[in-house]
Amino acid sequence: MDAILLQILNGLDKGSAYALIALGLTLIFGTLGVVNFAHGALFMIGAFCAVTVQRILNLSYEVVDETQKDFLGNALKVKTSYVESWFGPEMGGAIIDWAVPIAIIFAIPIMIFIGFVMERGLIKHFYKREHADQILVTFGLAIVLQEVIKYFYGANPIQTASPEALSGVANVGALFGMDIVYPVWRIVYFFFSVVIIGGIFSFLQFTTFGMVVRAGMADRETVGLLGINIDRRFTIMFGIAAAVAGLAGVMYTPINSPNYHMGMDFLVLSFVVVVVGGMGSLPGAVLAGFMLGILEAFASMNEIKSILPGIDQIIIYVVAIIILLTRPRGLMGRKGVMEE
Amino acid sequence: MSKSDFSRRGVLKTGALAGTGLALPTIFTASSAAAFTNDPTGSSVTLGFNVPQTGPYADEGADELRAYRLAVEHLNGAGDGGMMNTFSSKELQGNGILGKEVKFVTGDTQTKSDAARASAKSMIEKDGAVMITGGSSSGVAIAVQGLCQEAGVIFMAGLTHSNDTTGKDKKANGFRHFFNGYMSAAALAPVLKNLYGTDRNAYHLTADYTWGWTQEESIAAATEALGWNTVEKVRTPLAATDFSSYIAPVLNSGADVLVLNHYGGNMVNSLTNAVQFGLREKVVNGKNFEIVVPLYSRLMAKGAGANVKGIHGSTNWHWSLQDEGSQAFVRSFGTKYGFPPSQAAHTVYCQTMLYADAVSRAGSFNPCAVAEALEGFEFDGLGNGKTLYRAEDHQCFKDVLVVRGKENPTSDFDLLEVVEVTPAAQVTYPADHPMFAGGALGSCNPGA
Repeated sequence: MDAILLQILNGLDKGSAYALIALGLTLIFGTLGVVNFAHGALFMIGAFCAVTVQRILNLSYEVVDETQKDFLGNALKVKTSYVESWFGPEMGGAIIDWAVPIAIIFAIPIMIFIGFVMERGLIKHFYKREHADQILVTFGLAIVLQEVIKYFYGANPIQTASPEALSGVANVGALFGMDIVYPVWRIVYFFFSVVIIGGIFSFLQFTTFGMVVRAGMADRETVGLLGINIDRRFTIMFGIAAAVAGLAGVMYTPINSPNYHMGMDFLVLSFVVVVVGGMGSLPGAVLAGFMLGILEAFASMNEIKSILPGIDQIIIYVVAIIILLTRPRGLMGRKGVMEE
Repeated sequence: MSKSDFSRRGVLKTGALAGTGLALPTIFTASSAAAFTNDPTGSSVTLGFNVPQTGPYADEGADELRAYRLAVEHLNGAGDGGMMNTFSSKELQGNGILGKEVKFVTGDTQTKSDAARASAKSMIEKDGAVMITGGSSSGVAIAVQGLCQEAGVIFMAGLTHSNDTTGKDKKANGFRHFFNGYMSAAALAPVLKNLYGTDRNAYHLTADYTWGWTQEESIAAATEALGWNTVEKVRTPLAATDFSSYIAPVLNSGADVLVLNHYGGNMVNSLTNAVQFGLREKVVNGKNFEIVVPLYSRLMAKGAGANVKGIHGSTNWHWSLQDEGSQAFVRSFGTKYGFPPSQAAHTVYCQTMLYADAVSRAGSFNPCAVAEALEGFEFDGLGNGKTLYRAEDHQCFKDVLVVRGKENPTSDFDLLEVVEVTPAAQVTYPADHPMFAGGALGSCNPGA
């Protein structure tokens, strides 16, 4: 029982990242009709926003300490961060410790800006082209972006820790009289994703801007005929989708040390999530994200793998095949979307 | 009157053909006696450095390239000479190799076997490389080693730790300086016994490819010989990034040791995930839960940050060693680049020096002569103590380091500390050991 609950938690936590990325992908597809293969790169850039903030907060000056030697036998240059120097070791240390949450504040405008530049500078030229062209150009863009990141940050993973107060494990089973521990940051990630998903849905559901966007998603031409500049709103939505992917990346950094390739690792999975959920369906993307995350977690259990060896590596694709065979529009797909 | 069928032209033609025919065997005999692939006839010789310049191991590849540049510099007489000064063989004089200036070309393996073979092939066929070296993956090393055997050039392997490289996939033209999975296990086992006792239950997470399989086989056999019980061996996809669903079952498995047979990004992520799940604070069967990483890399340890603290593993070499050779290399490398070399840099530097020395001792670039010079060669002064290049499998036998993640690092590269230098005798195995069975060296191929 403990093992099952543990895998459910694990699935929800994995599903959080899938759902957030798939949500952004669906927002872009639903509004602009673009299949954005560069969306994984936005997730990766978000993660590197956290790395950058961490590096900025760790900027330091060197003081030569004659009493210590470096690896060449020269006097050791001891680094002291400016932040610790300005705010004192305790306060400065705390600021550095909270680098990842602080990065959220910087990541939002940066990601919206990157999304805006991406959409206005490149992707808008491909709106009227075939999906194959859009996939090619966005995939190419993803490769360029990851190579740029690799040039500046190297190929190795870069450790980006969660704040000390949010590291370690919490006994989540105590509520049910069980002994189930789970990493605190992963629980934080899950709730963070719930808040972001809830925020996006509320924005679309309860604001005038959201109402116009939803109307545009349903019938772009009619909304345009009413004199509403729907293109501008869709560009803003692209920026918001980029920010969602970026925030998912920022918060993911303590879970796995970011590297330049992490976007590609998530990209294919996220597309499967979108297809299973139903192209253009926001609730579908979220539902499929969590569902596939849980299935993937269960497929990794030794008991399951002893019956079906290797199932952990293919479960998501098996589910995708079954869904597409039995329900071609996906779980919550709308009629007419991606259908000739 | 008889009519002759011979014409002057016919006699000339026949004579020419017969002469050519008679001469042919001599031409072939003479040619094959001296010729081999890419025999350097000019004033320089070209070496091919095949390293990952893109892809997940690009940083290790970059460090290998730095070491290669340094080695070439030293061979050509520039710089401070590095380990040439401490090397027990005194053949190298800083005037290139056999008086020929050393030049090099580079290729990008991308850590993909097909790309690595293509770049090695190009360096051999287009650039005339007489030797190929480098790499940061066993899959790549085995693929390139096979290509070099077919092409008739020497392959001096870079960072490859799978038993198979000098086991079932060994080749007469291939040589490995780096240690292997068996040696890691043999070095670690006694240390683990002293630290954690003989009554332990180990859970293995293993990267699902040649290196992971042989590493798992080796460490499981070594720990079982101590009396440890192997609870589970779980293979994880090489492309996996989040290991949480593989770590979660460990919590309720009854295991009190987790062995991570992972390298590179896999190691960084699985170790990070294991620490996140509180395994290090866990007490199972009345004992503290422990994590073991059989193969450590300083460059990778950096990615795992504080998570490596106190965790034991093994490494081929470490910059903090105090022997003359290591110090000379660290000084030379550190002065040029500003930071100490990695174990990948060390092994490829050694391989370049060992190749150059073998050519000098053989007096020829012919791969068969070089192979003969390397086989059974005993040397010292290259940072690992007395070392033997065993003739039977072309594997180097030398001391192995057991290391531990440092509790209080003083710099970005001060992440590991050496806890034990396991003598070569303790990690040496017979050439026909079952874990290395299934292949044969074959005979040397000079190519051409």
